[in-house]
Amino acid sequence: MTTTQIETKPKRKVRNFALLSNKAGAAFLTPAGLLVSVFVIVPFFWVIFVSFTNRTLLGKTALNPEFVGLANYFTLFDPSNFLQRGQFGFSLILTTQFVLASALFGQALLGLLLAWLIQTVPPWVKRITETFVIAAWILPEVVIGFAWFAFLDRDQGTLNAMLTSVGLPKGDFLLEQPFWVIVVFNTWRGAAFSMMLFGSAFSSIPPSYFQAADVAGASSWQKFRDIGLPLIRGHIVTDLILITMWTFNTFTPFLLTNGGPSYRTELVSIYNYRVAFNDFQFGKGAAVGVIMMLINLAFALVYLSLGRKKKG
Amino acid sequence: MSNRLRSLAFSLIGATVLVGPAVAVDLDITCRCVVGGVNSGTAEWIQNDVIPAFEAANPDIKVNLNQFGGEDAQLTQQLALDFSTGAGPDVTAFDGFLIPSFVEGGLLKPLNEVAGAEVDGWSGWAALSDGSRALMQYQGQYYGIPLGTDVRMIHTRKDILAEAGIDADTWQPTSWEDVLDAARAIKKVRPDSFPIQLNAGVAMGEATTMQGYWLALLGTGEAVMDDNGKYIVASQGILDTLNLYKTIYVDEQLGDQRAQLLADGRNRSFANFRDGVTSLLFEGDYFYRSVTAEGSEFAVADRDTVMGWAKVPAKVPGAGIRGQDFVTISGGTGFVLNPATDAPKEAWALLSFMNEPDMQNAFQAIQPRITARTDIEIPNNPFLTEASQTLLPLTTARPNDENYNTVSAEIQRMTEAVVSGELSPEEAMAQYKASVIGIVGEENTVSLL
Repeated sequence: MTTTQIETKPKRKVRNFALLSNKAGAAFLTPAGLLVSVFVIVPFFWVIFVSFTNRTLLGKTALNPEFVGLANYFTLFDPSNFLQRGQFGFSLILTTQFVLASALFGQALLGLLLAWLIQTVPPWVKRITETFVIAAWILPEVVIGFAWFAFLDRDQGTLNAMLTSVGLPKGDFLLEQPFWVIVVFNTWRGAAFSMMLFGSAFSSIPPSYFQAADVAGASSWQKFRDIGLPLIRGHIVTDLILITMWTFNTFTPFLLTNGGPSYRTELVSIYNYRVAFNDFQFGKGAAVGVIMMLINLAFALVYLSLGRKKKG
Repeated sequence: MSNRLRSLAFSLIGATVLVGPAVAVDLDITCRCVVGGVNSGTAEWIQNDVIPAFEAANPDIKVNLNQFGGEDAQLTQQLALDFSTGAGPDVTAFDGFLIPSFVEGGLLKPLNEVAGAEVDGWSGWAALSDGSRALMQYQGQYYGIPLGTDVRMIHTRKDILAEAGIDADTWQPTSWEDVLDAARAIKKVRPDSFPIQLNAGVAMGEATTMQGYWLALLGTGEAVMDDNGKYIVASQGILDTLNLYKTIYVDEQLGDQRAQLLADGRNRSFANFRDGVTSLLFEGDYFYRSVTAEGSEFAVADRDTVMGWAKVPAKVPGAGIRGQDFVTISGGTGFVLNPATDAPKEAWALLSFMNEPDMQNAFQAIQPRITARTDIEIPNNPFLTEASQTLLPLTTARPNDENYNTVSAEIQRMTEAVVSGELSPEEAMAQYKASVIGIVGEENTVSLL
């Protein structure tokens, strides 16, 4: 490790080809830099600051917030109710389960499966499949939120109309299986990204590999396992990290369940919204935000370090 | 700058100054009201009576009505966020119980501070009844003008009670058990129905606390706060109330559990009553004068013959608050001024105009209600006259406290935990206790167990 670092260091000192002088470059960067600092960096530190106060929107602490140190963080991690429904710990665990089920298993597996299957089908089938899957991905959140809500409604929902027409009993999905509803929903919603990423990765594999395997009489599964999968391993890691981050932060399930019933689908993003903008506890909400930022930062660091390794 | 340019600039400035006062002032007024939708009467009144008359009297002012169709809690959320950034409507409908928390948060200012001394000179103050003055007051200052007050009762479907062999015209339960027995009798003849609606859950917001929890709790002789201004966080009354919820929604399925848990549950409960699924519904007179009124979404067909009402009984006779046999609670709504309004004088002019006898009488013609002004006649309306005469002497008010709103949200959570079957009443109360202590501090709470 150390020897390679020493070897690469001098290389970086080589002056890069520049389009602009340093001064001109700085002048062009300043406006963007100002905007970024006003809208990203200042709020970032402001949120951290607020998380150490008991600031609220209503009541006395709105005008005269007090510095409370780490009290907000202690409340969030209070062991006596940490895992109770409607508390931070419950949300965090629920979100982890949600990410595992809907992103890692749902989106990635479904995306991989779709990407593999459409490699060999006639082009028109491939195009139609892609169109539908991508449509699920690019439609506005609110539109699909309400579409799913209408689809799953117990009394007038399309799904129940279909079930009853084939003689199956009606289900009360949004109330009885809210967690699995949002898992299926998020899988449906996000599988397109994984499919596209894996699809392009598969098509970058030279066809001769597969032709050779065909000659040897390999089955589809064998080709997938021994040729496809090993050659797109890097893409899979990238995909998993990206969809984990997105799913961790997603808010759309709120449109289906409002985080309920009884907080059973309250992901951390929804929990954060409720604390800050329903209960108006800005201090505690900011503390949740800071923890979410730290978790995201950890994902981002893993992602960046993987990218760096690949280049090395 | 050349002379010509300078003179041009001056003349432009001069022109603006001259034109300035003549430019129409725009005022925005918001209420949770939609013509043909929720609180349609209020929307029609503002749209068809108030705005045309006010604009005719003040040609320089243009008034625009924002019809907000969401839930009460969503309007509160929007107003809180708007007011905190200096945005929002100039005049807005407002529920009196929110005033303390908004005032302490700096989001509302006394009317005379916003609009000046002419507020104190308004002739209408003298016409307000003593009780209604307090509705929009906090620490001796007016923050808005109250429109009216209300009372709460059990609305009944007489046709369905009759099916179960109960004489609806004389039915007046004297204990919780009487109410439950009637519901059981109805459930027997209509097994698919959910006879009782006692609001619970987070989704209904303050409607859960006010129309559900309070009505039961008062029947145990307790209130949310004790006489010394401390929040009661553990008591037999809370347990009895939660057990009543459990009996209705979990143990005997006498109420529609889904309607308490779903986001649009309150509308579902109204629809249940309209469709005869529910026949004993705990609500304010609002339910009669607005929700089920002819032409509205939840209008009950032939309501003068099929709808009745009964007083809410205490748990057992004499067990209610102040030793009462029957209990009820009142709130009050009105309109407030946005402290950040660009046109405080004009906004006050609109607010006071709306509350003059002419406009109030026009509102009465659309939707009779218990008014705040003593000089407004209530049109011949047997329901309202009878209900107000019977119930106003028995009524109670919510604590005028800046933390009430937050504590109320914890009450809603506590009822939801019980109604969904997730927690036992004891566990839910323990959770409530911990949460309320977290909000107001242990020194402001009291445990009666």
